[in-house]
Amino acid sequence: MQFPQVAAARGTLVQRIAPSQAVLGRFGPVFVVLLMMTVLTILQPAYFMTRENLTNVARQISSNAILALGEFVVILTAGIDLSVGSVMGLAMIVLALTVQMGWVPVLALAAALAAGVGVGLVNGLALTRMHLPHPFIATLATLNIARGATYLLSGGVPISGLPRAVRLWGSEDITVFGGTAVTVDFPIAFLIVIGLYVAASVFLTRTKTGRHIYAIGGSPKAAQYAGVNISRNLVLVYVISGALAGVAGMLLAGRVNSGYPTAGTGAELDAIAACIIGGASFFGGRGTAGGVFVGAIIMGLLRNGLNLMNVSVFWQQVCIGLIILLAVYVDVLRRRAMRVET
Amino acid sequence: MPALVEMRQIAKTFGHVAALNGVDFTVHSDEVVGLVGDNGAGKSTLMKILTGVLQPDAGELWFGGRRVHFHSPLDSRHSGIEMVYQDLGLAENLSAIANIFLGREVTQRSGGLRLLNERGMDRLGRQHLEGLQISLPSVAMPVERLSGGQRQSVAIARATAFQSRLVIMDEPAASLAVSEAAKVLALIKRLKGQGVSVILITHRLQDVLDVADRVVVLNRGTKVGDLPRVGTTMEQIVGLIVGKVS
Repeated sequence: MQFPQVAAARGTLVQRIAPSQAVLGRFGPVFVVLLMMTVLTILQPAYFMTRENLTNVARQISSNAILALGEFVVILTAGIDLSVGSVMGLAMIVLALTVQMGWVPVLALAAALAAGVGVGLVNGLALTRMHLPHPFIATLATLNIARGATYLLSGGVPISGLPRAVRLWGSEDITVFGGTAVTVDFPIAFLIVIGLYVAASVFLTRTKTGRHIYAIGGSPKAAQYAGVNISRNLVLVYVISGALAGVAGMLLAGRVNSGYPTAGTGAELDAIAACIIGGASFFGGRGTAGGVFVGAIIMGLLRNGLNLMNVSVFWQQVCIGLIILLAVYVDVLRRRAMRVET
Repeated sequence: MPALVEMRQIAKTFGHVAALNGVDFTVHSDEVVGLVGDNGAGKSTLMKILTGVLQPDAGELWFGGRRVHFHSPLDSRHSGIEMVYQDLGLAENLSAIANIFLGREVTQRSGGLRLLNERGMDRLGRQHLEGLQISLPSVAMPVERLSGGQRQSVAIARATAFQSRLVIMDEPAASLAVSEAAKVLALIKRLKGQGVSVILITHRLQDVLDVADRVVVLNRGTKVGDLPRVGTTMEQIVGLIVGKVS
């Protein structure tokens, strides 16, 4: 104010540096995806770029991508939802069981969704009404409760045989641009993933509630001073996370044509990994839905690539751990660089 | 014209401790009042009563010539009283514009959805910042990348953006470098020209003498001084702050 020319000079300096960094920051993970695809194409020229493999990858990552999206909305508020893997398993069993009981597919799908919403609601209320000290605890409890319920409901055995109206969401392709030169068969599951990510992105960046969710993650105190209803928003994010875990369960059930009680065990960790690789921060308020989408793709390509290379599952786990370390370290470096320049 | 704020014979006790014993406190329109006193003198209790966080045990609260009863901070905010907190109350990850409009976002209907009107908020926010002569390197980058003084300016801009008539500031310059503190103080002086009154709570007595029109001194829950700035010396104020209450 007193030194306008200094402020102006600094302003242009910041503006000059900011774009290149913003590009790197925003699209860094995209470069990683392109790099991984290039490497896999070179290593497995006959196999990786085939339509079968790519649609297979797309289908495989669908469930994790949807779990990660729900997890991300929770992580934005500096929370965590450990129950998503169990909720996915529960929704899957609820779906298979209700189908077996003769429910029409629409109702069975609705029941699976309701199971997800229900657990999410419990998570949210345990945090805001029971004032449990950290979402880690409430969702650790529901992780166990939902998994136990899954075993109880299924008797510990898989329930297989689902009608086509349930299977198709997870297993079938849809033909787009039919009859033209670019006819493509696209997995329905992956279309649902894209739709949900677009919807979530609009919700988070273009609506009042989305803005408030970011604000709560950035500073709960500031949000409270500003009159944001924190409890209501927190319940909402856990319900969203539960509902999306329910959807993930439906797609997985469709893909494997059954419900099995161990489904989704440990899947919460893959979902969290996708969020972190995609640029979300445990401290809340950071990251974008698009980033998490890329994070989920990176996880999927990694698994697919390591499978194609015949790398053992044990080494795959080690690799994913290393990727998480690397992704977060790159993020730390980027933030540090930003600090120095401003 | 009636005073903007008139607190009459405000008393408040916590258990056996009398935090305020019958304090009169007035703020006029377009006035900057410095509120000083040692820790525990009752400054923040008085302000909490003014903003509706606490209810007084006795005494009357008048705002804009009318008797008011604030039952929550929301009530006082609706009347046009804003508070700038010591820890700023900004969401560090959001931009200056997003912070100014936090909780009061401008929306528009588009395609059946109620979406944020980013362009509208950007325009209004820039106008408001310009009106206060606050210059930021960018209104779009997260406020965590701004300096302490710039963040304080954003917090003040936020407090004054919606027709507020009184802004209470708790140590606005305490953690700032000298040059930045000077800018914030200059901003407080400019608020007067915008029809906003300011209550400045601070331990930095020099700041009070710089910008306040009047200085109110509390000592152990009692008002011991209500002095115009002109003709008042630092020694006088210090004497009242540390003096024994008779």
